[in-house]
Amino acid sequence: MFTLTPLEIEALRLSLLVSFWAVAASLPFGLGCAWVLARLDFPGKTLVDGIIHLPLVLPPVVVGYGLLVLLGRRGVVGAWLHDWFGITLAFTWKGAAVASAVIAFPLMVRAIRLALEGVDRGLEQAARTLGSGPIRTFWSVTLPLMLPGVLTGVILAFARSLSEFGATITFVSNIPGETRTLPIALYALTQVPGGDEAALRLCVISVVVAFAALLASEFLARRVQARLKG
Amino acid sequence: MLELDVRRRQGDFDLDVRLSAGPGVTALYGRSGSGKTSVINMVAGLSRPDQGVISVDGRVLFDGRAGIDLAPEARRLGYVFQEHRLFPHLSVRGNLEFGLRLLPAAERAQSFDKVVQLLGIEHLLDRRPAKLSGGEKQRAAIGRALLASPRILLMDEPLAALDPARKAELLPFIAQLARRFSIPILYVSHSMDEVLRLADTLVLMDGGKVAASGPLETLMGDPGLRPLTGRYEAGAVISAVIASHDSGYGVSRLSFDGGTLIVSRSDLPVGSRVRVRIHARDVAIAIEAPERVSIRNVLPASVVSVAAADAFLVDVVLACGATRLWVQITALAQAQLNLVPGMRIHALIKALTIARGDVASVD
Repeated sequence: MFTLTPLEIEALRLSLLVSFWAVAASLPFGLGCAWVLARLDFPGKTLVDGIIHLPLVLPPVVVGYGLLVLLGRRGVVGAWLHDWFGITLAFTWKGAAVASAVIAFPLMVRAIRLALEGVDRGLEQAARTLGSGPIRTFWSVTLPLMLPGVLTGVILAFARSLSEFGATITFVSNIPGETRTLPIALYALTQVPGGDEAALRLCVISVVVAFAALLASEFLARRVQARLKG
Repeated sequence: MLELDVRRRQGDFDLDVRLSAGPGVTALYGRSGSGKTSVINMVAGLSRPDQGVISVDGRVLFDGRAGIDLAPEARRLGYVFQEHRLFPHLSVRGNLEFGLRLLPAAERAQSFDKVVQLLGIEHLLDRRPAKLSGGEKQRAAIGRALLASPRILLMDEPLAALDPARKAELLPFIAQLARRFSIPILYVSHSMDEVLRLADTLVLMDGGKVAASGPLETLMGDPGLRPLTGRYEAGAVISAVIASHDSGYGVSRLSFDGGTLIVSRSDLPVGSRVRVRIHARDVAIAIEAPERVSIRNVLPASVVSVAAADAFLVDVVLACGATRLWVQITALAQAQLNLVPGMRIHALIKALTIARGDVASVD
């Protein structure tokens, strides 16, 4: 019987918590960025596009270090957050969520943007002529039609967050019960003698969680597609 | 009442259109690229004129100089697109109620049940658009536009994407719309068949401009507009009412301003208002009323104009009461008859040449 040790449960709980908030908090921004990239044309759009995609090609350690410099307690933004809102990101699980969100952001934006570009603008025009303003049209027509793509983006980002390691360990380090997510716990175990068996167990847990996420996304995507096809 | 006077430059194409559309169906007719769709997109607010004024029932929708440009959702116009544009994620009911729900109850001029019943889509309400046939989709799209209680209904070739059978099925619905719901309709088409069946007023467009506009009968009977109406076989269109049927002989009698016309037996009930096509080549002219002749329609008329259509063909316009008839005769016939405006003559039309397809209901 495969029962989880307290250490494993804690790492799993943290991983799910961090990934959930990473995705939940970045989704509105992801929708916004996808909309801007898909629908607006402005000078410097290529640059913005590049910046959004940067975490995809940069070594995660670079991103983590950048976050530390910016959001650390003495960082430009970090100090301000701490002094005005009492929010500390460095070396907390919230920081881990930020690191995961930044790394997974390009994947989310890409999927949502693709979905948005696939929405027939003629349908939005039809909604407008029926008396629906631009914002209502987005909620009642555009968003439902791009839902499969949004779901894909969310699941991709969630899966990427679960596997986040480099930026997380650089920004928030390895603190048991606070920032020690599955990959970090796994890494820690490989660094101590005799940790092989425990490391293997974490591997299995990681595979199962990732696989479950993929299956769930496939299931949801099919349900949404079926709804659209009537 | 729609009043429009706009200019817009699209690439190297200049659109300069002035027109008004009152009660009934106003057809915007012209070949593709003549700017028809651009005009209704500007009315709907989906594209913006460079300058000009658009108003509906005195309410200004666009005024370039005054800086007025109402958003599409504020214009209260119904738009039926060439491709149905139903929302795929909503049921037919959801689509129909889309515009309706956005209206305060007091402003809902159309009843859901009445529209659904007229369009015959009761049994489709719970289906998704993907499960409908082309004709059903377009009917649902018409219902959706109507239920938004528009002040004017814009239709952009709503039948163009359908096969002939579906077209024939949908035409009567559209013909009834303007009358049953008392909404003016601006109908874009490049099909003269549809225009003849539907339009009260015809606006001929050519190269981004209005070439002519007026009552359909007047424009169709004008040989001078032949280049614009003429992809269609030359002929006049007259309005008439079915007076009686004679089943024994398989003919129907139509009365029109100018006399009685005997035509092949029509299926339409007595009293129906119809529009009759009389092909210019099927009409003959006699200076004196012939006696003992097989031709059933001998109509006293007077010559209005005579003009050469080409080297061997002459266009003659006749007045028969208030009705204009367009006749084509050979140059040889003209050389012998020497028709001149004002002459009293007789127009001869064989009953058989006016077939069932030439008599269309406008009720």
